[in-house]
Parts: sequence; C-alpha cells; structure tokens
Amino acid sequence: MFESFADLTAFQLLGLDPHSRLGAAVQFFLMDVTKIFALLVVVIYAMGLLRAMLSPERVREFVRGRPDWQARGMAVTLGAVTPFCSCSSVPLFIGFVEAGIPLGVTFSFLIASPMINEVAAVILVGVLGWELAALYVAAGLVVAWIGGIAMQTFRPERWVEDYVWKIRMGQVAKVESDNSLRARHRYAVAEVREIVGRIWKWVLLGIGVGALFHGFVPASWVADHLGGGAWYTVPGAVLLGVPLYANATGIIPVAEAMLAKGVAVGTTLALMMSVAALSLPEMLILRKVIRWQALALFAAVLAVAFTLVGWGFNLIV
Amino acid sequence: MKNIKVLGSGCRNCEITANAIAQAAREAGAEIELEKVTDIAEIMSFGVMSTPGVVVNGEVVHSGGIPGPDLVRGWVCD
Repeated sequence: MFESFADLTAFQLLGLDPHSRLGAAVQFFLMDVTKIFALLVVVIYAMGLLRAMLSPERVREFVRGRPDWQARGMAVTLGAVTPFCSCSSVPLFIGFVEAGIPLGVTFSFLIASPMINEVAAVILVGVLGWELAALYVAAGLVVAWIGGIAMQTFRPERWVEDYVWKIRMGQVAKVESDNSLRARHRYAVAEVREIVGRIWKWVLLGIGVGALFHGFVPASWVADHLGGGAWYTVPGAVLLGVPLYANATGIIPVAEAMLAKGVAVGTTLALMMSVAALSLPEMLILRKVIRWQALALFAAVLAVAFTLVGWGFNLIV
Repeated sequence: MKNIKVLGSGCRNCEITANAIAQAAREAGAEIELEKVTDIAEIMSFGVMSTPGVVVNGEVVHSGGIPGPDLVRGWVCD
C-alpha cells in the first residue's frame, strides 16, 4: 500500500525516472515517511489505550529487593517495554539507588531502555521483517544484561556523586487514573502527540539519510567496502554511531537502506545499537549523578559489547 | 489560596505544564500560588520519579508527561 502510493507520487505525479538516483531517493523517502508515521501513530495509540506503558515508579517497585539475577532480568525486560524520556534519567537513577537496587542492575535498565521499546520493535517488524526485529531485540537484551554485569565488576559506586546517597525519597505517589474508555482514548491521543512530537525530527532525519543512501550510494561501492563484513567495518560502525544520536525509531530507515544495498547484518546492527543507545546528550544528563570516569566506562563497555555482537552476527549470518 | 507546585528539573515539558496551569488559573479567575521545584532532592521527596509532576496543596496529583486541559482546570478550580 505504502509502496504503491510512493510509486504513484514519485514516478507519475512528479514524473521522476524510477532508475534515476533522485527518483529512487524520493520514492524511498515517500514510502518510509507514510509507512513509519502511520505505524507510529497506530502503535502508540494502541499502547496508550491499553495503558501498556509502565512508569519508572512502578518499575522501581518491581525490581527492588530481589536477588541480583532476578532484579537484572526484570530491569532488562522492563527497560525494554518502558519508553523513557532522557529528562527522566536522573530521577530514575536516584530512585533506583535509593531503593537499594544494585548499580549494575540500574545500568542494565539504562542500556535496555533507549535501545529497545515496543514502538521501535513494531516498526522494525513492519520495515525490516520479523527476523531482523527479533535479532535486534535479542541482541539488545543480551547487551543490556552483560553490560550491567560488566559495569558492576568495576565497582561504579565510588563514582556516584555524594549527594545522591543522601537523598531520601518520599512515599511513592500513587496517582489514581480514570479508567473509562473516554479517558483512555484521551490519554492515548495525548501520548501520540507527546511521543510523536518528541521524536518526529529524528525519524524524518533518519528517513532522509536512508533515502540519500538508497538513491545515491551505488551498490557496487557497498559491496567493495562494506558488503563482506570485513572485521574493521563493525568497530567502524560503532565509532560512527557514538557521536551520532537518533532515537531507536529514527535509525530504522537508515538500516533499511543499508541492508537493501548489501551491508552485512552485523555491521548494520552494530550501527543501530550504537546510534540508539550511546548518545552524548544522555551522557551529559547522567553526569549530574555519576562522575565522568563512570560515564567513560559506560561508553567503553557498550562500544565493546556492540562490536562483539556485530562480529558475532557477521560470522553467523 | 491553593498552592500548586510543578516538579521538574527544567525540561521543556515542565515549562509547558507550568504555563498551562498559570493560564488555566487566569481564565478561571482563580488565585493560586504557583511554584516551580527544580531541586532534585526536593522532587524526589514527593516520591516522584517521572517529571513533570504536579503537587496541589501538598498532595501529588500527577506525574510523568504533560497533563490534559481538563485535569489542569480541575486543579485550579475548587
């Protein structure tokens, strides 16, 4: 449906040549803009209606006071299903520390949360197919699990700012919610506006980059330089992703264009994870609660993990 | 007079929430005392982890995301 709309608009209405670079780029852009934004609205609305999104307050209650492996399992799973705005990461961090949740578990949550969320998962299925979506989600869960453990071995407690330990949280506020269908509908609409309003720039940017790649990068160049999955392409992709930041949904169209041109799966996944989970603004926000040593370590652990995952997939696939 | 606090460390959504409350109060002709709480320790002392949060007369009535217009009107009126 989206494809035929894009074909019609790009080739009939605008009269572009399907075999030209511009034609291919415009067709890709139109197809992904309509498809991804339609999916975004539908998925976010549906989840808002079901109130499927968990608040950090509830995550904290689920995770606290459990043995380490259980707490980590929950943190990773809940991180994956909790959309979270980076402006909440400081109160979230402090809330977890205050509840006595081990720092390694908190880091597992902080890794899983931006990298995986249900909205991105559904769009991944819609754009790249379920196999790749499953690979991405599985890789993300494993990295979050192991990344948290790796952080723990460096005893990151010594780098937490002193004031964090002194904060005492009040009784967690239980805000009662109106559960009528009308209230749910209103909540769902508000969620759509809030989330789409926050991420549309990233998504549009991602689609633009994907379209340029699709239209203007020749497949033969990709085959020569990136296709074989040479070992250095994976750390290269990770390093490229560190300064770049987009949310998990925004990077999907870029991955789509890369895969279609024959970039190796592991290399593409490494770039996706690096762009989604390692971001400079996020790091700077966390600097309020942990010192830069811990941040540098966090970035290094993730970079190594993404590289290993990328190599792994390039070997297997 | 009602005391309304907006909890948030200065992110954009917190600004929007505070402005919406101020405007609703003006429209309803209600006198309120509006405070912005940006100190993280004080925010946490209300048990709020997702900002913006809203506290009316010492009671948390909202946390996480921009509140809808009906909610806001409910807080400023009696």
